[in-house]
Amino acid sequence: METISLEKKDTAAAFAQAAEDGKLILNMGPSHPSTHGVLRILLEMDGEIVTKADPDLGYLHRGDEKIAENMSYNQFVPYTDRLDYLAPLANNVAYACAVEKLMGWELPPRCKVIRVICCELARISAHLLGVGCFAMDCGAMTVFLYTFTEREKIYNLIEKLTGARFTTSYTRVGGMTRDLPPGFVEETKAFVAQFWEKIDELDNLLSRNRIFVDRTKDVGIITKEDAIDFGLSGPNLRGSGVDHDIRKSNPYLGYENYQFDVPIGSTGDSYDRYFVRLEEMRQSSRILEQALSNIPEGPFFYQDGKSYLPTKDKVLTKMEELIHQFMIVTEGINAPKGEVYFSAENPKGELGFYIKSLGGGVPYRLKIRAPSFVNLSILSKITPGHMMSDVIAILGSLDFVMGECDR
Amino acid sequence: MPTAQESVQAIAARFQGRTSQPVEFRGEWTLSVDLEIIPEVAHFLKDEYHYKYLADICSVDYPDESPRFEIVYEFYHLEAKNHVRIKAKVEEDAEAPTITHVYQGANWHEREIYDMMGIRFKNHPDLRRILMWEGYPYFPLRKEFPLEGKPSELPDVAFSRTAPLEGGPFVTTNAMHSDEREPRSKAPKL
Repeated sequence: METISLEKKDTAAAFAQAAEDGKLILNMGPSHPSTHGVLRILLEMDGEIVTKADPDLGYLHRGDEKIAENMSYNQFVPYTDRLDYLAPLANNVAYACAVEKLMGWELPPRCKVIRVICCELARISAHLLGVGCFAMDCGAMTVFLYTFTEREKIYNLIEKLTGARFTTSYTRVGGMTRDLPPGFVEETKAFVAQFWEKIDELDNLLSRNRIFVDRTKDVGIITKEDAIDFGLSGPNLRGSGVDHDIRKSNPYLGYENYQFDVPIGSTGDSYDRYFVRLEEMRQSSRILEQALSNIPEGPFFYQDGKSYLPTKDKVLTKMEELIHQFMIVTEGINAPKGEVYFSAENPKGELGFYIKSLGGGVPYRLKIRAPSFVNLSILSKITPGHMMSDVIAILGSLDFVMGECDR
Repeated sequence: MPTAQESVQAIAARFQGRTSQPVEFRGEWTLSVDLEIIPEVAHFLKDEYHYKYLADICSVDYPDESPRFEIVYEFYHLEAKNHVRIKAKVEEDAEAPTITHVYQGANWHEREIYDMMGIRFKNHPDLRRILMWEGYPYFPLRKEFPLEGKPSELPDVAFSRTAPLEGGPFVTTNAMHSDEREPRSKAPKL
């Protein structure tokens, strides 16, 4: 893989050299409609054909890992909303699970089921946007409007659940901020019941659409070996035919108790990645149906007065709980020394948190393994040889989000 | 198919005297090895034990220790469904060996480590900054780098000021007194 070194002072020289070779250096982004945020790609073109591609990241870098080292575990939850901002609930859950793994806590069953519902709602919502934008990039505006109608319904549910539509911050280490609101289960069931038909509609609009198929079939093929070697994850890995889903391979939150299938692609082209996402929405609906019909009673947070915030009525009436509340809020939860790596199957892929703790309420180091970051690293391998218009289809099919990529 | 424990023990046996004892925490196995044998360990894990999936590379800064940095690798086995963690210490001015020739996915991870902590990788094919811009003078994830940032000026590329921290982000550390714990409670220094 050769890269273009435009950044190294001699910009003019690089352009001149390219011109001498009969090539053109094209700057795509950072604000290009198909880069879904602020990705910039330098493309070396030979006519209409891309010969080299060099992604340039960091336009949305906020230093989340640095910030995490300076605050207690619970204070970081709102920052996880802003990683993959298309599925904030899934990020909240993944982060909370990572810290709970460090703490060594086993959650009560009700909490696990609520989290599964959150994750799957987030997955459907993220895939709806992924598929909708992908189709729009390939010229099918209608699909985008259809998927956003469905997303709106999910946002209404999420608003009811968490009080916010986008920046949910719903989890705390050891539990959730609040229990399921009354009527939520029925409304979500009703949503899922009507959603099956909507997926079929989406399927009918795109899967055999001549233009869409021509734009995506055999475009941006990622071989199985490359996908593994580059560490791709999520639908991009499964689109290449690798049967790896963390919900199946290393189940967390009781995913082993749900019946669902892991769709995988065969050729690893952009169309397969689209198809995997479409099918995953059906599987998520299956999980949602099972989870919603079997929500156990009981507490929705970890039952240990010393580490999890006590309930307000106890804080106001009992001395012991008041002290616990004070300690947890001012010093944070007292984590043991040690290091853990926890990864969750998020809509974009494997979202991992490596936490190094030296004890106390603040992580010594928190590394976010962002799926979009890793997924984008294959771009300079797969784009050369394609037409400029195919680059847009490939970007759409990789379904990345820069908030998470740049952190 | 090997369990994580068998794999780390196999590495410890194969590279005797150049690794520490395997450590278990929360069901995860960690092994510290000498920096020079990282590529050999990666080859060993990939070719003989089929840990084909490099999940993550990360670095940790211990400014008061020598060697100062630690690089942490997470290797995942797609069939055995377990992962092992390999760690190696790096001196502040030393170069770490690259594993891009073993796992292509290591490329961007190593670039990020160089960008954020300033650890250089020997024989890396394309060691440039990845998140910060080319020519940025600092390594922001080092512990001595302040949270609010440092001003830097690159007239042609970018211009940056320190972040106004009063009023947020809401920062808490383990300091004894509340005004040390929460910088925003302090009067701004003018």
